[in-house]
Amino acid sequence: MTTVTVDTSRLGPPLVALVGNPNCGKTALFNLLTGSRQKVANYAGVTVERKEGRLQLPSGRRVALLDLPGTYSLAPHSPDEQVTCDVLAGRFDGERRPDLVLAVVDATRLARQLRLVLGLMRMGLPVVVALNMTDLARARGQVVDADALSAALGVPVVSTVAVRADGARALLERLDLPPPAPAGLSTGGGDQVVDDHRRVRDILRQLGLDSLQAHAFSDRADRVLLHPLAGPLLLLALLFVVFQAVFAWAEAPMGWIESATAATGETLGALLPPGLLRSLLVDGLVAGLGGVLVFLPQIVILFFFILVLEESGYLPRAAFLLDRLMGGVGLSGRSFIPLLSSFACAIPGIMATRTIQNPRDRWVTIMIAPLMTCSARLPVYALLIGAFVPARTVAGGLALQGLVLFALYAAGIVSAIAVAWLVKRFGTRDRRQTLMMELPDYHWPSLRNVAIGLWQRVLIFLRRVGGVILALTVLLWFLASFPAPPASATGPAIEYSFAGMLGHLLLPLFEPLGFNWQIAVALVPGMAAREVVVSALGTVYALSATADDTAQALAPLIAAQWSLPTALSLLAWFVFAPQCLSTLATVRRETGGWRAPLLMAGYLFGLAWLAAFITYRIAQACCA
Amino acid sequence: MTSSDPGALHAQTLSEAPCGRRLFIHALNAASGEGQEWVARLRELGFIEGEPVQVLRRGQPGGEPLAVRVGVSTFALRRAEAACIQVMPADAS
Repeated sequence: MTTVTVDTSRLGPPLVALVGNPNCGKTALFNLLTGSRQKVANYAGVTVERKEGRLQLPSGRRVALLDLPGTYSLAPHSPDEQVTCDVLAGRFDGERRPDLVLAVVDATRLARQLRLVLGLMRMGLPVVVALNMTDLARARGQVVDADALSAALGVPVVSTVAVRADGARALLERLDLPPPAPAGLSTGGGDQVVDDHRRVRDILRQLGLDSLQAHAFSDRADRVLLHPLAGPLLLLALLFVVFQAVFAWAEAPMGWIESATAATGETLGALLPPGLLRSLLVDGLVAGLGGVLVFLPQIVILFFFILVLEESGYLPRAAFLLDRLMGGVGLSGRSFIPLLSSFACAIPGIMATRTIQNPRDRWVTIMIAPLMTCSARLPVYALLIGAFVPARTVAGGLALQGLVLFALYAAGIVSAIAVAWLVKRFGTRDRRQTLMMELPDYHWPSLRNVAIGLWQRVLIFLRRVGGVILALTVLLWFLASFPAPPASATGPAIEYSFAGMLGHLLLPLFEPLGFNWQIAVALVPGMAAREVVVSALGTVYALSATADDTAQALAPLIAAQWSLPTALSLLAWFVFAPQCLSTLATVRRETGGWRAPLLMAGYLFGLAWLAAFITYRIAQACCA
Repeated sequence: MTSSDPGALHAQTLSEAPCGRRLFIHALNAASGEGQEWVARLRELGFIEGEPVQVLRRGQPGGEPLAVRVGVSTFALRRAEAACIQVMPADAS
């Protein structure tokens, strides 16, 4: 997959850029104006999302609308603010300078937001102000006269309500008129922020718009939701529901997708003559597609909750409550939900890091997400624990098998903390972390915005990640199927394939860990998805059965053939095991380059090898 | 701020301010080298000299982060960030 490079420098319809503070309803307005006619991509070289939509004006003219990342000022402090400033200044590579700036202003936060408008007017572009959330301002007793504000500012001002279906009618009509002349505004002699602040304050005082009180409902809600005791408890309950939903609700649809995949494979298998084409379609393509689609239920459920929490204004509060906890290892509270989601699967977890604004925090969170034990590792754990750990109780009624499972999860968490701490301690490039996070007013999430956001995540996953995962699955199928075993072969077919050769080739690397060649061979297809290791082991030990039976038949077999140190070593390996290719593909997509996925695969491989080696040696010493 | 500044007598930093007290921003000071950028950022967010400000609550454990009201907006600040903001009681101005 190549980087999605955006090049709109060629001529097209007039480009209108939406600019505004975070939480000003800019994206809601963008959704209202463009509906589902949006293209989401990444700006080349940065992990900043680029959203463009098409829009038809009442006159029939077409306009391209660009949703620029939210910014508090035109002096950038983060990569996404940098993109906004560079695009507006016309110095962003591959993006033409907008023909018109649509400044979205939250009518309940006029003082701060109008300062940004003054800054935009100074950039020499035509500016139209969309005065958003006028309904909320009115409900709190402040009626904003758009014409008076327009006269005071010297640019057109149009009232909008982004959460109402007809809330942008006046705006569309204004966009149909010829654009205003570029707003010329001279730079003041003194401190620009203070000058603009005075100017805005005078305008607001003159128009009687300086008496708005803080949102009373949000204050009342925060008294409970940010309460030192009730706040964390409610958050815990909420996280429990989210986690439970991602795990439990997704189970049924994941089962349907798996059976549908199996049924499709069987149908195709029955239709086609045995041979290469059948094997490619059934074992490669259908199994690969099924393997991609199976993640979808978890992604949809997790992002439904994240979008609702984000839209309602609760997500920053959760980050507030967890900031101390995560701050101890140099992360911010925003890293918590992505990490928690990674227990289900690292893929939705890594996609959820988009809610982390600080690029360094996001990077570290992505790097440690795979250390959270994902659900795909459970079948492997279950097989090994069932085969090697005796089912007895220790220390007053604790099941030993359960204890081992807990230790494996704990090992992942502890090492994630250790890695994050090491990055904080020795990562010299970064300066001290800032929080400075707005706690916006609470409001009801709009179904439309949640639906559009969900749809975009699904598309991103299927299109960009799906392609890579599918290609890699077919590649692994090829490795495991070619060359075909000779006619005189006695062992299982996989032993004669490239995967088998690779396993044998890798054996010297894995022998110090106590792995035999069967394990080494099974680890190769295991890169597609962790649970595949179980069926791959079944294949290597020449068992032909469905996945569930494989584990049952396999357990006594490996219990007889492997030593306990080997089994423990393999368990330790899987705590850190280099990520499945789907995860690496997601990291590649989310970070926009190969550096992060390669680094991740490398460091996890090193950790896994070291942990397995130490476990094996210690276990050997104890068993001897 | 020098000691000859009359306001400095009453000034304290926002990080030490008790919850709920109505205060005014007296000045913004960079506590350290990187504080320069923090101060610039804080002012863009609306922490400007003369603005009313109030600590709404502190996170637990350790009294961090702080939920701070400035104007009609609320921001979460870490203690070191709030320490850049010098405040005065509303009645002292």
